[in-house]
Amino acid sequence: MSRIAEVFRNLRQNGKKALVGFVTAGDPSIPESIEIIKQMCRSGLDVLELGVPFSDPTADGPVIQRSSGRAIQAGVTMAGVLGMVEQIREFSAVPIVLFSYYNPILAYGAEEFYRDSVRAGADGVLVVDLPPEESDELTGQWGADLDFIRLVAPTTPVQRMAKIAARATGFIYMVSMTGVTGSGGLDVSAIERVAADLKESCNGLPICIGFGISTPEQVARLCPIADGVVIGSAFERIIESCPAGGEAAAKVGELVFSMKKAMAAYV
Amino acid sequence: MKLAGTITAGDVTALDAGNLLPDEAGHFGVYGGRYVAETLMPAIIELDEAYRSICSKANFQAQLARLLKDYAGRPTPLFRAARLTESLGGATIYLKREDLAHTGAHKINNTLGQALLAKFMGKTKVIAETGAGQHGVATATAAALFGMECKVFMGREDIARQAPNVQRMKLLGAEVVQVDSGTGTLKDAMNEALRYWVGSVRDTFYIIGSVAGPHPYPEMVRDFQRVIGDEAREQIFEAEGSLPSMLIACVGGGSNAMGLFYPFLNLPVEMVGVEAAGHGIDTGKHAVTLGAGSVGVLHGSKSYVLQDEFGQIKEAHSVSAGLDYPGVGPEHAWLKDKGRVRYESIKDKQALRAFQMLCSMEGIIPALESSHAVAQAMIEAVRRPPTDIIIVNLSGRGDKDLGIVSEYL
Ligand SMILES: Cc1ncc(COP(=O)(O)O)c(C=O)c1O
Repeated sequence: MSRIAEVFRNLRQNGKKALVGFVTAGDPSIPESIEIIKQMCRSGLDVLELGVPFSDPTADGPVIQRSSGRAIQAGVTMAGVLGMVEQIREFSAVPIVLFSYYNPILAYGAEEFYRDSVRAGADGVLVVDLPPEESDELTGQWGADLDFIRLVAPTTPVQRMAKIAARATGFIYMVSMTGVTGSGGLDVSAIERVAADLKESCNGLPICIGFGISTPEQVARLCPIADGVVIGSAFERIIESCPAGGEAAAKVGELVFSMKKAMAAYV
Repeated sequence: MKLAGTITAGDVTALDAGNLLPDEAGHFGVYGGRYVAETLMPAIIELDEAYRSICSKANFQAQLARLLKDYAGRPTPLFRAARLTESLGGATIYLKREDLAHTGAHKINNTLGQALLAKFMGKTKVIAETGAGQHGVATATAAALFGMECKVFMGREDIARQAPNVQRMKLLGAEVVQVDSGTGTLKDAMNEALRYWVGSVRDTFYIIGSVAGPHPYPEMVRDFQRVIGDEAREQIFEAEGSLPSMLIACVGGGSNAMGLFYPFLNLPVEMVGVEAAGHGIDTGKHAVTLGAGSVGVLHGSKSYVLQDEFGQIKEAHSVSAGLDYPGVGPEHAWLKDKGRVRYESIKDKQALRAFQMLCSMEGIIPALESSHAVAQAMIEAVRRPPTDIIIVNLSGRGDKDLGIVSEYL
């Protein structure tokens, strides 16, 4: 069983939900990013989504665009991201999902990427702009040591949900809204409807909801609907607002902690 | 293979060019495809189905044909550039006058097609990205014609260097959204249009301006632009009784080039696509995607892109905003690999010289984009006898460029 599957199984057995945290790898620098992740893990993070920076992130709002820009400025490459995975493995067993656009993976090489990310200790990969129609060219030669997280959006028709779910492993990432990351206007009843359809199609695979979730209250409201929630821009906003070392890690850790607390109170 | 001179305009004697259509998922060989966020996938699948079911219908075709004729002013003339030809002393140069189409560039062929499709699909809002502003103007024009709401995304840098077109778009009732991210050029405008579309996809039609983007755009835009080549084939046959020896067009995303080339792909005609070499390939400041890029995925399709070894997209550079793009349509990537089309590049300075030549010798002010094709034609013509015929796609007129040109000359 994959590390991701194991975490969700344990949470389910205890009636708990997962807090999935996204940060761009190496924002604002690799050592500071490692400190931030360390604090997130200490504060109770269940799954880490480590963002591979890309120059043209077309599914991301301004906050993650800028964080991606800072990481690229800091010289973060795919090899650098995989190096971070190795470092994280020295202090944490948290499941790590590499969150990337396709082009940096293509440039690294499909087989090399699989080999090196498994070797570094990553557990899954999510490629934002690689729908099931195109993903065989990447995963065709892969073994079973990396979960392939797939996305379902509010615009995805029900039959398509089933097709996507049938090919997904690890968990399904349910996009909460028709928009890019960091958008406002969360509509809980619309999310409930999509989640209900998705549950019918996904054969028990865990569902995590993400995009535009930023407060502990929202986390509390969404956790009954799914197996987990994904927070990204809210962490990146903190990182952006405190560039001088040390502080960001503590503040991000606090937000993780308060979100976990909100989840525990609700469940 | 028959000789060029013996083939009639209607003759489609095939060269061994293989299958010219992409597969069902939109792949031209290994290129093309659909590399977009899941939120957009249902919309582009719906678009593909609508495109196939609506655009082949007689009603759609009749309406589009009427618009192209009565509104856009087609067919555009094929003009023999006699003084330019004589001064070079080589092959006979003809200009396909897309600069004379309504709004001043070939872009209108595509926006009328897509806006009409949007209307048939019941969409009332359209968005577009633009570099030179020609596609933005053409989209704003079609939107005004159909009474649609229109937003055009344009980079900060391009807004500055193509100011007349910004004014035109506003007059036509479009909202021009300034894009500050990245280098503030066409690539960033397209990023922002895609992001906006992710948030508005339920009621908004995205009119992409070139043969780029996810399937079905490269195929659809080419089909709306092939009218250029279809007309040119008839016109050159009428004028010279033969096929041309060579076609030349500039390549940004590649729509005016695909439009001219496509109807000739199976015929014995040489084709040259011209990319913008900016300050020169060796300086790194250029937009020579096919000639100096590598295979990657940008803006929804796989093709050649300008990128570093880590897969980060590089900035392009060209004096002409419409060619200042680090990607290129997937069909061009395929035609390059097959060796069917030769791709060359022209520097800023050469393009500006060609711009001046055409102004003074033919009384035509070409767009800086098109000036790259003219510059290449000047190189090709001197190597060939007067019996050879070169058709150059004069994709647009240069009024928009007077500000930049006066800075350089
Ligand atoms: C006059 C003109 N020619 C050419 C281009 C380049 O586009 P494409 O390569 O799609 O024809 C543009 C784009 O703005 C243009 O305005």
